[in-house]
Amino acid sequence: MTSAVITPELALPASFWTRERKTGAVLVALGLVASVWFTLASPSSPATFYLGTSTQSGANFEIDGKIGCLVFGLIALAAGAILLATGKHYGLLVSISLAAFVLSALIWQVSTVHGSVPLGSLSTITMEASLPLIFGALAGVMCERSGVVNVAIEGQLLTGAFFAALFGTIAGSYWAALGAAAIGGALISLILAWLAIRFLVDQVVIGIVLNTFALGLTGFFYEQVMRTDTEAYNNPGGLPHWTIPGLSKIPIVGPAIFSGTLLTYVALALVVVLTIALFRTRWGLRTRAVGEHPAAADTVGIKVLGLRYVNVLVAGLIAGFGGAYFSMVTATSFTKNITGGLGFIALAAMIFGRWNPVGAFLAAVFFGFAKALSSLLQALQSPIPSEFLAMLPYIATIFAVAGLVGRVRAPAADGKPYVKG
Amino acid sequence: MRGITKRFGDLVANDDIHLTVEPGEIHALLGENGAGKSTLMNVLYGLLQPDEGEILVDDKPVKIKGPSDAIRIGIGMVHQHFMLVPVFTVAENVMLGAEPNKAGFLDHATADRLVREVSQKYGLPLEPDAIIEDLPIGIQQRVEIVKALTRDVDLLILDEPTAVLTPQETDELLSVMRGLKESGKSIVFITHKLREVKAVADQITVVRRGKIVGTAAPTAPESELAEMMVGRSVILEVPKQAAQPGAPVLAVRGLVVADDRLHRAVDGVDLEVRAGEVLGIAGVQGNGQTELVESIMGLRPSLAGTVTFLGRDITDWSTREVLRSGVGYIPEDRSVDGLVKEFSVAENLVLDLYRSEPFGGRFALNPKAIDESAKGRVEEFDIRVQSEQQPVGALSGGNQQKVIVAREMSRPLKLFIAAQPTRGVDVGSIEFIHRRIIAERDVGSAVLVVSSELDEVVALADRIAVMYRGRILAIVPPGTPREKLGLLMAGITSEGAS
Repeated sequence: MTSAVITPELALPASFWTRERKTGAVLVALGLVASVWFTLASPSSPATFYLGTSTQSGANFEIDGKIGCLVFGLIALAAGAILLATGKHYGLLVSISLAAFVLSALIWQVSTVHGSVPLGSLSTITMEASLPLIFGALAGVMCERSGVVNVAIEGQLLTGAFFAALFGTIAGSYWAALGAAAIGGALISLILAWLAIRFLVDQVVIGIVLNTFALGLTGFFYEQVMRTDTEAYNNPGGLPHWTIPGLSKIPIVGPAIFSGTLLTYVALALVVVLTIALFRTRWGLRTRAVGEHPAAADTVGIKVLGLRYVNVLVAGLIAGFGGAYFSMVTATSFTKNITGGLGFIALAAMIFGRWNPVGAFLAAVFFGFAKALSSLLQALQSPIPSEFLAMLPYIATIFAVAGLVGRVRAPAADGKPYVKG
Repeated sequence: MRGITKRFGDLVANDDIHLTVEPGEIHALLGENGAGKSTLMNVLYGLLQPDEGEILVDDKPVKIKGPSDAIRIGIGMVHQHFMLVPVFTVAENVMLGAEPNKAGFLDHATADRLVREVSQKYGLPLEPDAIIEDLPIGIQQRVEIVKALTRDVDLLILDEPTAVLTPQETDELLSVMRGLKESGKSIVFITHKLREVKAVADQITVVRRGKIVGTAAPTAPESELAEMMVGRSVILEVPKQAAQPGAPVLAVRGLVVADDRLHRAVDGVDLEVRAGEVLGIAGVQGNGQTELVESIMGLRPSLAGTVTFLGRDITDWSTREVLRSGVGYIPEDRSVDGLVKEFSVAENLVLDLYRSEPFGGRFALNPKAIDESAKGRVEEFDIRVQSEQQPVGALSGGNQQKVIVAREMSRPLKLFIAAQPTRGVDVGSIEFIHRRIIAERDVGSAVLVVSSELDEVVALADRIAVMYRGRILAIVPPGTPREKLGLLMAGITSEGAS
C-alpha cells in the first residue's frame, strides 16, 4: 500500500499583477509626478526647515527647491519601482515612497512661497489633531474586539465634549470636567450595550441613531442652557499643558509628546495598556474569544453578555474622556456639533489599524498628520486653494481605508448578537 | 438524570427522560437526527435549563445553571460543532476560561506544559502553538477532548464526534475513547451510527422523538437497534433493478476549481455520468465535492477543464442556462441555497419557473396557477404542510427537502445532481427521496449523487467515485468492501493489489 498524499497548492497561477505590484505602479506614477512636475514647477529658491517649534529657535537646514523636489521625487519613484519589480516589503516600501512624495510636495510648496517650516510645530499639531482619533479608535477597538460594532464613537466624543464643558464649568475643576466627560461617553455606551446586547437591535443602526441623538440633545442644551449664560455653563477653561523638562527639548517630536495636556499622556499610556491587556491578560483573551466565537467562550463558563457590557461601557469611558479634547484643548467652550464627524474618521482609523491598539494609534497619527499638513500649507498661503487643502485629511482617509488596507479581517463575531442555545 | 423534560414551544424535545451513567462506562445515546439527544446533553452541560426533572451526581441532586457549574462538578462536553476559536492557538483554546495567571498576566508556559502533559498522558499528541484554523478536523477534535480533560472531568460528553471524521480517524477516536475508559472516565457517546455503538459502547440507550424507547447491550443485533431508533424495520437498502446505462450525458474533463481561499479545491477531475445510472461521489466533506458540483452548476467559475452536457460545452454557463437545459439540482445546504425560508411553500415550488407560463404572465405572477400546481405537488411528493401558504421555514427538515425535490423534479430532466440529498432529514423522508432518485434514474436520466454518508452512496450508486483532496482517486462498484472505501476516502490507494 502506498499513501497518495496530494498537497493542495495555490489555485491561481500567480498573476503578475498582484496587489503589491499594482500599488507599486501607482507609486511609480506618483514618483514621476514629483520628480518631473514638482521639480519643474518649483523655483530654485531655498525651503527652510526648523527642528524646533518656532522659526527663531533651534537648528535649521535649508534645501534648494528644485533639488529637494527632485531628490525626494526620485526616492518615491525608486521605492515604487522596487515594489513593482519584486512585490515584496509592501509596508516598508509604501511608507518610504509616500513619505518621500509628501516631502517633495512640501518642499515645492514651501519654496514657492519662500517660506519655512517649523518641524516641531508640525509634529505638535499632528499629535493634537490625532488625539480625538486615538481615543475614538481605541474605544472602537475595545468594543469591537468583544463583538459589538461601535458606530457611536462620534456620539460618545460629542457627549464627552458637552459634559466636560457643562460640568467642568459648574464644578469649576478640570478634574470634574474630565470625569464628567468619561461618564457622558459611557451613557451613550450604556444605551448602545443595552439595545445591542439585551434587545439584539442591529448595531450599525443603533450607532447611527445614537450619533443623531447625541447631536440633537447636546445641540438643544447648548441653545437652551449654555447660550443663556456662557459664564455659568460653558466656560470650562483649557486643560493645562504639562511640560516635562529636558524631554520636551528633543528635536521635532519632543514638544509634541512631552509638552502636552493630560490627554496626550493618557492617550499614549492607553495605547500601551490596552495592547498589553488585550494580548497578555485573562481579560484580553476572553474579550477576543467572545468577539471571535462567543459560543466557545460560553461553553467554558465565560459570561459572554456580561463581558460585552463591560467592554462597551469602558469603550464609552475612553471615548467620552477623549471628547474633552474638543471643549478643553482646541477650544475652551462647547459649540454645536463641535466634533464635526471626527468620530467617523476614528472608526476608519480603527479599521485601518486592523482592530489593534497600536495599529489604531498609527492610523490616527497618519490622519492627524494629514490634518496638520493641510493647516500648515494654509498658513504658508500656498497657491493651492484652501478648500482643497481642507479636504486632505478626508482624502487620505479614503485612500488609506480603500486602497492601502485591502482585505482586513474583523473579529469574526463583530456585530452579531449572541443568543444562547 | 431523572425525569428530564424540555420543551421548545409546542415541541417536546425531551419527555420525562431517565438516564444513568455508571463510572467508567461508555454509554451510547443512540437516536436519529432530531431525536433529542443533543438537547438532553445540553441540559446536562447547563447550556439549557430543563422545564422539569433533576440531575444527580453521585446520588446527590445538583443544580447546573451554566457550563461553569457543569465543569466544576466534573462534566465536560465536546460539541458537534467545535467550540474552538479559529484564530487562537491550541494552548489558548485549552486554557480559555481557566487561564493560568502569573502576576496578572497570562502564563503561557504553564498552559503549554498543561497541554503537553495531558496530551501525553492520554496519547493525544498536540502542538500547543499551532493555530486552530490550520489544523485538520480530526486534530481540532483532539484539541476539544484535551480541553475537557485539562479540566479534570469525570464524565465526558461526545456529541456526534464521528460525523466529520474519516473512517480511519473514527477508528482512532474509538480507541481513544477506550483508553479514557481505562483511566476511569465515563463517556456519553451521542451518535446515530450503529456500527460505532456496537464497537465501543458498554451500555446503549435509544432515544426516539424525545423519549427513551429502551436500552440494549452492545451485543444486540444491528437490526434490532435500528428498529428501536426509527420505530419500525427500516429498509437499509433501496430496492432497485440493475442499471441500464446508455450514452454519456455529463462529461467532466480536467476540471480545476478554486475554493473561497483560492486553493485548488478541485484539482483536475475527470468523470462521466451516463443516462440511466447513478454515479455516487463518496468522500469526507471538504475534499472538493462542493466546489465540483457548484462549478458544474455554474455557481463557481472553473480555472481549467471542460464540462460537457449532452454533447454541448456548458463550462461556466450561467446557472439559469444550466437549469433550463435540463438539469435538476439539490444544493447541499437547503437553508442557504435551496429555499427562501420566508416565502411560502407554493412560492418556493416555482422559484425556478416563475418567469414562464403559466406561473408568470407578462407583468405579474399568476397566483392561481401557482397555488394549483403547489397543491398537486404537495400531494405527489407527500410534503406534510398545514397549508401551501405556510412559510417554508416552518417545515421540518425532511419536508423542506421534499419541497426542493418536488421543485427540481417537476421539470423535464436529463441530468439530476443531488448534493447531500438527505442531510438532516428523517428516515421516512430519506426513504422517499431515495426512491425518487432511483425512479429518476429508471426513466433514463443521468444522476450524480454527492454525499458524505457512505451508506447513502453505497445504497444509491451504480458506480462510486471516491474523491480525496480535489481528485477522483478511484471509481469502484458499489459492492466494494467498506474497508477499502474507507481507505480510499483517507487518500490511501492500494496499487497493484487489485
